Amino acid sequence: MTAETLRQTRDAELERRKGIKNRIACCTVAGCESAGSGEVRAALEREAAAQGRAGEVEVRGTGCMGWCSRGPLVRCSSNDTIYAEVTPADAPALVSGDAGRFEGRALTTEHPFYAGQRRLILRNSGHADPERIADYIAQGGYQGLLKAVTAMTPPDIVAEVKRSRLRGRGGAGYPTGLKWELVARHPSTVSYVVCNADEGDPGAFMNRSVLEGDPHRVLEGMAIAGRAAGAEQGYIYARGESPLAIERIRTAIEQARREGLLGSRIFDSNFQFQIDLRIGAGAYVCGEETALIKSIEGKRGQPAPRPPYPPESGLWGHPTLINNVETFANIPAIIENGGDWFASIGTASSPGTKVFAVAGRVQRTGLVEVPIGTTLRTILSDICGGVPEGYEFKAAQTGGPAGGCIPAPFLDLPMDYDSLTRIGTMMGSGGLIVMDTSTCMVDVARFFMEFCMDESCGKCIPCRAGTVQMHSILERITRGEGSEADFWMLEELSALLREASLCGLGMAAPNPVLSTMRHFRGEYEAHVREHHCPAGHCPIHASEEVHS
Amino acid sequence: MPAKPKLATVWLGGCSGCHMSFLDLDERLIELAALADVCYSPIADVKHFPEGVDITLVEGAVANTDHLRDIRTIRGRTKILVAFGDCAVTGNVTALRNLYGLDEVLHRAYNELSITGTTPSLEGIVPRLLDRVLRVQDVVAVDHFLPGCPPSAEAIYEFVATLLGGETPSREGRRFGA
Amino acid sequence: MSVRTLEVDGKMITALEGQTIFSAAWDSGIHIPRLCHLGGLSDVGACRLCLVEIEGQKRLQPSCMTKVAEDMVVRTNTPALRAHRRLIVELLLAERNHVCSVCVLNGACELQDLAAQLGVDHVRLRPQYPKLEVDLSHDRFGLDHNRCILCTRCVRVCDEVEGAHTWDVAGRGKNSRVITDLGEPWGESASCTSCGKCVQVCPTGALFSKGKTVADMRKDRGFLRYIVTAREKKLWIA
Repeated sequence: MTAETLRQTRDAELERRKGIKNRIACCTVAGCESAGSGEVRAALEREAAAQGRAGEVEVRGTGCMGWCSRGPLVRCSSNDTIYAEVTPADAPALVSGDAGRFEGRALTTEHPFYAGQRRLILRNSGHADPERIADYIAQGGYQGLLKAVTAMTPPDIVAEVKRSRLRGRGGAGYPTGLKWELVARHPSTVSYVVCNADEGDPGAFMNRSVLEGDPHRVLEGMAIAGRAAGAEQGYIYARGESPLAIERIRTAIEQARREGLLGSRIFDSNFQFQIDLRIGAGAYVCGEETALIKSIEGKRGQPAPRPPYPPESGLWGHPTLINNVETFANIPAIIENGGDWFASIGTASSPGTKVFAVAGRVQRTGLVEVPIGTTLRTILSDICGGVPEGYEFKAAQTGGPAGGCIPAPFLDLPMDYDSLTRIGTMMGSGGLIVMDTSTCMVDVARFFMEFCMDESCGKCIPCRAGTVQMHSILERITRGEGSEADFWMLEELSALLREASLCGLGMAAPNPVLSTMRHFRGEYEAHVREHHCPAGHCPIHASEEVHS
Repeated sequence: MPAKPKLATVWLGGCSGCHMSFLDLDERLIELAALADVCYSPIADVKHFPEGVDITLVEGAVANTDHLRDIRTIRGRTKILVAFGDCAVTGNVTALRNLYGLDEVLHRAYNELSITGTTPSLEGIVPRLLDRVLRVQDVVAVDHFLPGCPPSAEAIYEFVATLLGGETPSREGRRFGA
Repeated sequence: MSVRTLEVDGKMITALEGQTIFSAAWDSGIHIPRLCHLGGLSDVGACRLCLVEIEGQKRLQPSCMTKVAEDMVVRTNTPALRAHRRLIVELLLAERNHVCSVCVLNGACELQDLAAQLGVDHVRLRPQYPKLEVDLSHDRFGLDHNRCILCTRCVRVCDEVEGAHTWDVAGRGKNSRVITDLGEPWGESASCTSCGKCVQVCPTGALFSKGKTVADMRKDRGFLRYIVTAREKKLWIA
């Protein structure tokens, strides 16, 4: 593909759409799929034909429109409205444009759920079909790559990403530009670009949704990274548990290759870049970059001590640029609009937007994209409608098993990397679980510790054996059999895991315990001293006898 | 002259090897007797565990209901309680049955390997075995640990003499097993 | 090769460029505890016992995998490091069924030695009592998972020195096990050459020679130095 053909493809698609009065886009991401969006889409296609409107009504798939709990979601372009809980029976009304049927189910852009969001990563959701490259190009796709290849040098690209002050969206928030610079400056002639799509936090589905809903955005970001880093080969490491995402990536790679957006002589230049898919077998630890590298190499997915870091020595010992899905998805717009534009969004230290997967006891759950620094209260109350009637907010968990909880007094905390770290949790990849007062925080800690115990790779002793012991202590406390000594032991083990574990999984495993002990110490004490679970969750049976 | 400190030794779920090693003190037993009054021990003819004991060495793990009752009484009447030998400290051989569970072990012993072919079930003759063998520290607070299977006579003497001297024995150099 | 000068535990020592902190300290008489490291095998940094503090670095680093640098200031034996090491040994002792008194390696076991050296006279954690297999299918050797600490020395010596790669690790977390071939009984392994190197490098009684009774076995690692010296210096000297 050349600059000219890219423009032609775009113009042709826009021209084609002029004859279409209504584009009906059905969410085709896993959440809505499982709620029946496939049947809805089939019914819509049948109905368009039956009403003889096949020419003016176009039925398409599209990416995640956010309010997953009310899926299947369908968007009509004619009135820019999203309809919720659509069933095949709604098809005639949607095709004919009869809105009367959708009382309480029609959501306009003014609805608080959408009005409060700023969608950069998810901007094509509702507008483009993830299975059509022409749709992505019509939305302005591959313009960033075009600019990066034809109008910028690799150092220009790195400088632009540095200027954006984008931070890694995988959780740790490392400055992306610095990482790119390390790889770009490395004298090695061979280097790699890797997209970490091994999203494994319980309740998190941001990356999966981006890959399912807008896969070309990620490919474009990776290709730009390849150009910046001098790499000719990229890998996407995806979870085997996300078959739909895998299918969409495969389709997108195939399309991009056919269009010459991947392969050799991209945009008639000397730049060549290939992307291959690698599928993980579902080990959480393979989201850790050194373990992920081992897994791509075909070895046992276990982490290796860092240093050396991947930008210095990664895949097969070569410098490797690893970023998260969402990080790459931010790149095209940064290159197209400039780093300064991006840096103006969000906060000074954490620019841009962040996609959160909101789950738990809140009115509206699903994917929410907001400028970084938006307060938790804004996200939960304004956008997500607050906790339902009859429940009381207790805490929100961020950062998954590596993160911690945010109790009610911190509701006005801006959600940015540094503020979250300061109160003992972390941004993580974007999981946000809302808990009400019926949730026992000791049990929450136990749940996450069980997760870490099951997912520990077993290589280093602190993580392998320490998570087992911490889990057994927490389990004992939830059974009402804990002792004062258990507090000391939890703290001692936490210190060991944090300071002596080999990789981030073990280092972060104590976080949910430390965080809940910090904000809800009284709850732990009630379990131990009074054999009582204040949340009324843990089944404690008072017993005098030693459990033998 | 103030009264000599009272020293007791008890034997729970163990093989008595630790006490054999204690007897290996030989003539140093006489030196020890000069430092302490051995008020209760399997090797002394005393029926009930006395009150106000200064130091008790506990051999063996807690394996049955009698052990469970006794160790609590002993703890209540002892100032300094020492887990004496690997069974008391770690569970050791006594706790090997924890790998299998009580029923499996009894079945193997009485139904598969003995000529009687049935597991005895009469209550009140021997104390009931606990489902799991416990270390002494799992039941009561332990002040000091003297591992070893058994701890050598030298180690026992040095350890007890240090305690009688009012000092804390060092933890380094203590060994599990031999 | 150039020489580096660094400070370890307040003592100035010299080391060769490229040497690890562990090895340089050892040469100067400072013996940092370890279980997974064994001279002559590659390092994996897994046991975390040899972690040291390096001035100016936020994180503890495994000394077996960290190269010396000029003017580096290293502390190998602070109270915090000692506490970590004791807890790691306690974790190991609670993890599987390490019953020293009935072990072939009683008296010559690296884990037992380490516990004694670090003052681990009891384990505060609850023992897990997992039910584990003992593989006696090999003619001459046995594998007792109850005593395995997953240091992977056997895996590495078999791969790197013998070249057979019979051993590897299967499962993850607490379910990790060393396996022969693809999990077949050792005696049925097609790749095992029965050289016994794995048995000799094993720090505990997990790998043992058949016919040895309690406290009867001693491990001989002389062969490793011999082979490694031959490889590196092309000289067959011990």
